[in-house]
Amino acid sequence: MITLNRVTRIFESRDGDRITALEDVSLSIRDNEFVTLVGPSGCGKSTLLRIVAGLILPTAGTASIGGAAITEPRSETGIVFQAPTLLPWASVLDNVLFPLRMMHKMDSASTDKAAALLKLVGLQGFESKSPRELSGGMQQRVAICRALVHEPDILLMDEPFGALDALTREEMTMELLRIWGERPKTVLFVTHSITEAVVLADRVVVMSPRPGRIAEIIEVKSPRPRSFDNEASPEFHEATHRIRQLIFGQRHVGPGRAAA
Amino acid sequence: MSVQAAPQLEKPRKRPSAALYEVVVPLLATAAGFLVWEAICKAFNVPAYLVPAPSEILKDTLAIGPTVFGHSMATLKTVLLGFVVSIAISLPLAVLLTASPAIASALYPFLVWTQSIPKVALAPILVVVLGSNELPRVVITVLVAFFPLVISSATGLMSVPPELIELSRACKASKWSELWRIRLPYAIPFIFAGLKVAISLAVVGAVVAEFVNADAGLGFLIVTSTAFFKVPVAFGALIILSIMGVVLFQLVVIAERVFFPWSTGNAMAAS
Repeated sequence: MITLNRVTRIFESRDGDRITALEDVSLSIRDNEFVTLVGPSGCGKSTLLRIVAGLILPTAGTASIGGAAITEPRSETGIVFQAPTLLPWASVLDNVLFPLRMMHKMDSASTDKAAALLKLVGLQGFESKSPRELSGGMQQRVAICRALVHEPDILLMDEPFGALDALTREEMTMELLRIWGERPKTVLFVTHSITEAVVLADRVVVMSPRPGRIAEIIEVKSPRPRSFDNEASPEFHEATHRIRQLIFGQRHVGPGRAAA
Repeated sequence: MSVQAAPQLEKPRKRPSAALYEVVVPLLATAAGFLVWEAICKAFNVPAYLVPAPSEILKDTLAIGPTVFGHSMATLKTVLLGFVVSIAISLPLAVLLTASPAIASALYPFLVWTQSIPKVALAPILVVVLGSNELPRVVITVLVAFFPLVISSATGLMSVPPELIELSRACKASKWSELWRIRLPYAIPFIFAGLKVAISLAVVGAVVAEFVNADAGLGFLIVTSTAFFKVPVAFGALIILSIMGVVLFQLVVIAERVFFPWSTGNAMAAS
């Protein structure tokens, strides 16, 4: 279980300005829960994610995983970024194995593990290819495999599909749900897309900017398995409508079926 | 779940005419240039001590062929020693420069200082300090050649996407494996860009050093042969120097293609 208790994070810019990226954020995430973070730019989504990753520390408040305070990165957490950031000199397989190499955890089973993950994301037969030979969506699949290779129980995703075209994005979202179904784990997923947030999540954390705060946490009642076809369902609509209200304010969102 | 084939990003297979344009045409153009040169010298009867015709250059240079070969090898030795020492100094220096802002601030004045000194003016002083031998020549070659290599290597080491550094930290990797497994490989295209400049400058540096202090080398040959108005030999040395520069540059290009095929044309395609 991930617990954030009144977490505040203040950054000091080079000219001495203090910027409050997160203010008084409390959130707890159950094991194997899928939580998405939505909100406009500058609402502290990525900061929150990096605090859970142990890459930055809270200025005030506490962040803990399973009761233990997060003071440094932990090896049972996987991270996927917006850009695939694969190593251009390494093969697809070596890119997946990269975290194990960095952690000095390579063993005889590692290669099989990596190959099984590539199969899971539909990249069987691409092991020896160079990242340059892959499309953007395929590169991001490799990045997901890289985040899963050390069998983390927490997966942190920072706008992982933000750089993909709309069609690939939808495909990847369903792909992620399938992977999550086969390998359950706690997922914290940052996104700018309201639909994506709702399709994926058990709960959507809506954040507001300057300073970054949690505006509301919305439970998505739409049953699983889900797809973008569910968009028309009342549970789905209720959730997206409420999120739009929170983000854009009441006046920009019409009553009933709001503008998509 | 179907996966579309990625667009092939390799260059399309060369048509037979590509070799024609890359090799045959430049060679023909060069040959034509020499022919025009020859024709002008002959037509206007230009004296050989001013601008010798290519045929005279070839004849006079071949006449003392073994001597010229010896001078070429002396220069090549200085160039290669200077180049190797430049690499040995520049890469660790680049790592230090990027290790911390404090180290960078401490080192930059020295680096800029070595660049602001006119090397031609420094050369005779170094000969007095270091003695009349190979050492001052290599030092001057290094001083001329190393700076661009340091700067481009440091730029390369800093060009790693910040996410990869975060990933490395998330893996609790040591600074050493971050350098070895992420930063240095990422810097390869930048390092080779620096190496290409450095090898060209090393030839310049070696000749400057030989002008001041040498009993061998193509720079020495140019100084002595012009002193005796053996201008064709000086031109011969000049042509050998330019060929040496081109060949060494191409060797660096080939080394990059052979050992780091992913590097070529990839300096900015990091993400």
